[in-house]
Order: sequence, then C-alpha cells, then structure tokens
Amino acid sequence: MANTAVANLHPRLTPAELAQQHGLKVANDRPPLREYTRQVWAYRHFITAYSRAKVTSSLSNTRLGQLWQVLTPITNAAVYYLIFGVILSQDRDIDNFIAYLCTGVFVFMFTQTAVANGTSAINANLGLIRALHFPRAVLPITVTLVQLQQLLMSMVVLAAIVLFTGEPITLRWLLLAPILFLQTIFNIGLTMVMARFGSKVADLKQIMPFVLRTWLYASGVLYPVSLLRDHLPGWAATLLEANPALIYIELARYALLESNRENLVATPMQLWGTAIAWTLVVGIGGFVYFWRGEKEYGRG
Amino acid sequence: MAEQTQTSTNTSAADSQRVPTVIADDVHVIYRIHKGAVANTGATAALKRIVSRTSTPNVREVHAIKGVSFTAHQGEAIGLIGSNGSGKSSLLRTIAGLLPPARGAVYTLGQPSLLGVNAALLNDLSGERNVALGCLAMGMSPEQVKRITPEIIEFSGINERGDFASLPMRTYSSGMGARLRFAIAAAKEHDVLLIDEALATGDRKFRIRSEQRVRELRASAGTVFLVSHSLDSIRDTCERTIWLEGGVLKMDGPTDEVCRAYEGR
Repeated sequence: MANTAVANLHPRLTPAELAQQHGLKVANDRPPLREYTRQVWAYRHFITAYSRAKVTSSLSNTRLGQLWQVLTPITNAAVYYLIFGVILSQDRDIDNFIAYLCTGVFVFMFTQTAVANGTSAINANLGLIRALHFPRAVLPITVTLVQLQQLLMSMVVLAAIVLFTGEPITLRWLLLAPILFLQTIFNIGLTMVMARFGSKVADLKQIMPFVLRTWLYASGVLYPVSLLRDHLPGWAATLLEANPALIYIELARYALLESNRENLVATPMQLWGTAIAWTLVVGIGGFVYFWRGEKEYGRG
Repeated sequence: MAEQTQTSTNTSAADSQRVPTVIADDVHVIYRIHKGAVANTGATAALKRIVSRTSTPNVREVHAIKGVSFTAHQGEAIGLIGSNGSGKSSLLRTIAGLLPPARGAVYTLGQPSLLGVNAALLNDLSGERNVALGCLAMGMSPEQVKRITPEIIEFSGINERGDFASLPMRTYSSGMGARLRFAIAAAKEHDVLLIDEALATGDRKFRIRSEQRVRELRASAGTVFLVSHSLDSIRDTCERTIWLEGGVLKMDGPTDEVCRAYEGR
C-alpha cells in the first residue's frame, strides 16, 4: 500500500522541524498567560454549573439536604460559643461576644475550607483531568466558589444573629460585598498555590489540618488577637497583625458590629489597604504560579 | 525492535506533500506510584527509612511507554493493537494532551479529543444535569448545551424504560451509565479523534447506533485513532495499524500485514 505512512517519511527533517513546518503544536503545551486567562474566562459557565452541582451532590444523600447549608454554620457557632463564651467566658472584654465570635468563625471558615479542599483539588479530580481538556485553573476556582455559596448562606444566618443580639442595621453593612469579594479573590489565589503544591506532595493533605488550626488561633477568631499579641516579641506581633485572615475578619466586624468599633486592631483605612494588598499579591501571584505548572497536572 | 515498512523514494516524495496531524517524537510515559501504605510500611519500617534516608522503596515507577515515534497524516484512520497493559490507552491520553510525557514530545494539529467512556460525571446528579455538565466541560456554550441535551438523551436511549434522565446517575445500570457517557462524548465534532474501546459498551442496538455515529465523526475528523481488541473492527475501519507491546512500538504498517503478524505471534 503506497499511501501508508511510516515514521521515516521525511528523512531530512527532525520531528520537531516537521511539526513546525506544518504548524503543529506540542500536545500539552502551556498557553501564554493572556491566552490562558481567556480560556479560563471561556469556561465560566462550566465553573458555575460545576460548583452548583458539587453543592447539590454533596448533600443529596442527607435527609435534611440543603438545610445543612444553614445548620452547619449554626452548629459551628454554637460549639464555639459554648466553649469560649460560656465555659471560658472570654466575653468579658467584648460587648457583643456572640456576634463577634460568629463573624470571625464564618469568615475564617470560608478561607479554611477553601484551602483545605484546594490542597486536593488536582488529586481528587485526576479522572476528570485525564478525560477532558480544560484549563486546570477551573478546579481550584470551583473549590472556592463552592465555599462561597456556603459562606453566603452563613451570612444570612449571621445577619439574623447580629440583629437578634441588638446591633443596628447601618449603611456600613453594604461594605460586606467588597470585603467578601476581596476575600474570594484571595482565597482563589491561595487555593491555586495549595492545589499545585498538593498535586506534587500528597502528604500535604495530612499536614493541612494542623497548619489551618494554628492559623485559626492566630487570626483572632475566638478571642481578640491582643490576647496573643501581648505575649509576643515586636516582630512577631507585627506579623500577627498583618495576617490576612485577621484583616478580612476585622473588616467584616467593622462593617457589621457597631459595638465593636473601638476594638479593631488597626484603623479602617489601614485594614482596607492591607486587605487590598493581600488580595492583589495572592490573587495574581497564585494564578501565575498555578499557570506555570499547567503542564504537570495529571502526571501520575 | 521496530519493524517498519520501507517506502520507495517516489512515493515518499508524494507523501511529503501530505499534512501531518500527529507527530510523536520519542515519547516516554512514566507513572509514579506512591506505595505509601501498600508495602512494608509498619510505622517502624517507615521510621527506619527516614532515619537511614532511603526513600526509594516508597515510590515505584511504571514505565508505560518507552520511546514511541510515529507520524500520522490527514485522512488516516490508525488502529492501535497490543495486549492488555501494552500502553495503548496511555499513548492515546498522551496524544490528547491529557497525560504529560516524561520525555519526548507529541505535536498535534488542532486539539485532539479523546472519546472514552470514562469521563468523570457526578453520580449524585440526574442524567440530564450530567449531560449539561459534560457538554460545558467540552467547551460548549450554554445555548448549544440547551439545544443538544434532548438529542443526547435520545441517542443514549436511557429513557426507553421510563424517565431515567431525571434520576440520579447512581440509580443507573452500568450499561446505561456507559451509554450516556458515550453519547455525551460523541456529541461534539473533533479535529483529531481518539477512540478508546468506546464501541464495546451497551447492547447490540446501541452498538449499531454508536458505530454509525463514529463513522459520521470520522468523516468530519482529520485523523482517527482507534484502540480495540477486536481485530475485525480494526480491519473494518483502519488502513494503518500500530502494534504496541510492553510500551514499545513493535510494528507500524498496513493493517493487513500488522494484523497477520499480531495473530501469528
């Protein structure tokens, strides 16, 4: 059969030269950053559909179903209130401790769960990665958006708690939208970093609970951060106050709690400045870092 | 080693005009398996390894493809044969750009698509939503998805025994699940089409329908790769065949010759 092609049809050209001559591209080549960003944007419908599907399917076997989206944050807040509010009575220095605590818990949970799940974003989806072609950044983004939906539910619960404990509704509540937007971008960036790390070192998943718990204690969630700060040397205190989780939590408290206005770790302007800086650095940095590893995902 | 059909000089001049669509250049694929808890990993053994700094027994490498090179051209249908574990599916995934090669490179014209039955779907969601999700994952727009969903459900035939499309996929029989997955994957047109045993799923009626669909897809695709253990379906569809054995390209040539050699091994 004369038309049967064999490997050495083009004796003068190396395979790479032949590929170039006919405009062939390396199969799993990493697209340039701008093109990659465009691809991720083109997959936005998949991202929203997939994250919504994940939320539905994660609760589809339970009897109470979607109700757990509200019950989980309430239970969480109740446990922490029991320990820190009732038993240890941390509430002496804080006027509205229960609202203070819930704001901290819900905002921190958003970052915590996104990061914890993001660590296995690649490894948990190897089947999908080896079956379909899409920009892999879709996976960590989905992880964050699933948690964002959970957070929005928590925010409804939080609004009820805050009102119930006697805080007034103010125009500042509207600030919650930009705050959560900044935190979402920050989380996406961080999830991407963790997803790339986690795809290389599967052991990370075992270590993350401890890292995240340490972060929880350092973020002024359960008690004012001053409690820690006063025991630390100067450099560590500075580090503690730059903690991004603390910044987002304090901003959320600034927006919601009239009673806590005097207890913020920094002035609102400083908080906004630090929050925007963290968002830009981690959001953009995380995306670029994840993109640089695009070729590697899916290798056994 | 690789046994290749020699072409005379005049045909090779004519062939050089043909457009290559897939070029594999010395491709190696290595799977790294963390044995972790599998072998000899009592806590003491692990501790001993950490202390003595020998980390090697923990990771095992499986060299699935060992330096495969070939060039495929526009309009060709190429069969891939070989015994189980010879690297056929790994090679297909590497061509599709889904499995990065450890060494070497694969060059392709356009974006190859793998038509498999293993596209991950969410078992807790209804068949309908899985269709929408699968189509979005293949890069379709929401409008296209809306238009094409009834066709896919219809093609898969899962509604033949009542309204299964609105039930979660975990309630499906394995044949129904496979049929739905194939129907989703086959809904799109492809430049380079890679088919991995996809024709083996479903009952006879569905097989006839899916073979028809693959022929249509072939007509619009530039190049088709077909992995199959059925030499008959390879003879039917492919004029060229590549024989892989143990990750090495054993033979590459006209289907008749390669199949005869494969059967006579």
